[in-house]
Amino acid sequence: MESSYSLGLPSAKALKIARNQRIQDFLFHRVTQFFSLTVLLALLGIIISLFINAWPALSEFGIGFFFSDEWDIIGGKFGGLIAIYGTLVSSLIALVIAVPLSFGIAVFLTEICHSRLKRPLGTAIELLAAVPSIIYGMFGLFIFAPFFGDYVEPFLQATLGQIPLVGILFSGPANGIGMLCAGLILAMMILPFIASVMRDVFEIVPPVLKESAYGIGCTTWEVVHKIVLPYTKTGVIGGIMLGLGRALGETMAVTFVIGNARRISPSLFAPGSSIASVLANQFGEAEEGLHFSSLFALGLALFFITFVVLALAKWMLIRMEKAQGLKS
Amino acid sequence: MSQVFNVNKAVFARRKRTNKIGLALSMCAMLLGMIFLIWILAILFIKGFSAINLNMFTASTPAPGSEGGGLANAIVGSLMLIASCTLISTPVGVLAGIYLSEYGDRSRVAGVTRFVTDIMLSAPSIVIGLFVYALVVAQVKHFSGWAGTVALALIAIPVVVRTTENMIRLVPGSLREAAYALGTPKWKVAFKITLRAAQSGIMTGILLSLARVSGETAPLLFTALSNQFFSTNMNAPMANLPVVIFQFAMSPYDNWVDLAWGGALLITIAVLGLNILARLVFREKVQG
Repeated sequence: MESSYSLGLPSAKALKIARNQRIQDFLFHRVTQFFSLTVLLALLGIIISLFINAWPALSEFGIGFFFSDEWDIIGGKFGGLIAIYGTLVSSLIALVIAVPLSFGIAVFLTEICHSRLKRPLGTAIELLAAVPSIIYGMFGLFIFAPFFGDYVEPFLQATLGQIPLVGILFSGPANGIGMLCAGLILAMMILPFIASVMRDVFEIVPPVLKESAYGIGCTTWEVVHKIVLPYTKTGVIGGIMLGLGRALGETMAVTFVIGNARRISPSLFAPGSSIASVLANQFGEAEEGLHFSSLFALGLALFFITFVVLALAKWMLIRMEKAQGLKS
Repeated sequence: MSQVFNVNKAVFARRKRTNKIGLALSMCAMLLGMIFLIWILAILFIKGFSAINLNMFTASTPAPGSEGGGLANAIVGSLMLIASCTLISTPVGVLAGIYLSEYGDRSRVAGVTRFVTDIMLSAPSIVIGLFVYALVVAQVKHFSGWAGTVALALIAIPVVVRTTENMIRLVPGSLREAAYALGTPKWKVAFKITLRAAQSGIMTGILLSLARVSGETAPLLFTALSNQFFSTNMNAPMANLPVVIFQFAMSPYDNWVDLAWGGALLITIAVLGLNILARLVFREKVQG
């Protein structure tokens, strides 16, 4: 190649085309790079703008802002503990319910289901993920919460509520709306996310491994428990964290059913509030000043928590993929 | 010998039992998931259909306490917001996706970008609303359709970026190499060869991003807000279905709650329809 160029001199026209193409390629590189940086810039912008707007509240209340349960709009005293507590507790309830369920769904879709049903059922679960969160909220407020308060909560109170120590979690009036209901609706929302990640990682287990286990007489459950699960451990945890990240930041579904009360109560039946629900309810009416700034501080806390959780999730899933690449 | 055989039999029975219980529980989980989906859809269709009538598409949202009314302003507002969001997010997302797939393997920045994009995919949308409030609304001092567009675009872009990148990566390298061998410059290869080969996959990504933003409520609360009247002015507060549903569902008026159910049904049909359409587009490509 090199020699043929130097021997037959390229015409001026060819040189010009080559130069133009090089300029065009350079432009193409830079322009696409610029657009890919928009996402990065958006992230930086979010962090900076949240921090700037949260600063008045943070400098006024210090780090104690995140540990104080005061939220007095008229008196101008603000603390984020109630909302942070509500966010964490409702997300934890959601995880406790959603993880075993989505594990079951993933096992069903990969190991039990007839191959002809795999696709429609998998799609159905993914559609559950596509339903907008406001629909979950309305469903939760008008249908699920009354049902929950009339039938499920009295039942829980009569059974689990009688156990000492644990009982306090299920005390208080059973009117449906509250922390437990919010957790359940959240569980319904994140279940399809976790289930589809689990299904995807279960599917990458090499068939040879599973076949060998079946060959020495393992049952399906033993294959799942002793072969599939250890092999996909990192991916499964990554999927769970992804679901947790979703649950923490979920706004509309929680706002409808959590009850929006400004207190921390030991009972899971009691209403509470989450960071997202406080923002959705109060931000529109907040006046410039400490209240406004405190809401931004809550937003900053929420963003920080979800960012850490999601980054860990992503890191685990990437590690899973890399290990997969090395083995195959 | 017989004793060993007996022990084995007991172990065998226990293992079989565990297996049966485990599999039965899995099936129950699947069943529960399906029940939830069917329950939600059934309620939506029952409550929504009784609320849907021609009036809903012609009249604007009713004033507090007044009878009747519709969702015309919210439907038009939602369509305008989603359309303008797509006009922004598609070129930005596709170009960024091209960069990540064509140049992304060698650069560290691209690796970070990919990571951040994945996180932004699940970042809390209400925080994006706060950001756009600080960026746009606080600067111009009023809520506007444009602010809502920016917020929605920030949510849609990561979806488009990631699907575009993944779809372009599926294009066989030999196609690209054949084009390079003919002396085609890189940008032409990207636009005329790879982009075309990945066309339907990218279409899938755009449809999915549309489905995602159609139901987003939280980022619109502090940006587009809502508007009681019919307005197509993108520079003013704009009515949109999700926020109207939120306000009406929480209201004490029966006709408002009915309208909220009607709107909820419309949104769900649109979102699920887009999702199914996206799957069909993609499946056609994989099979064809």
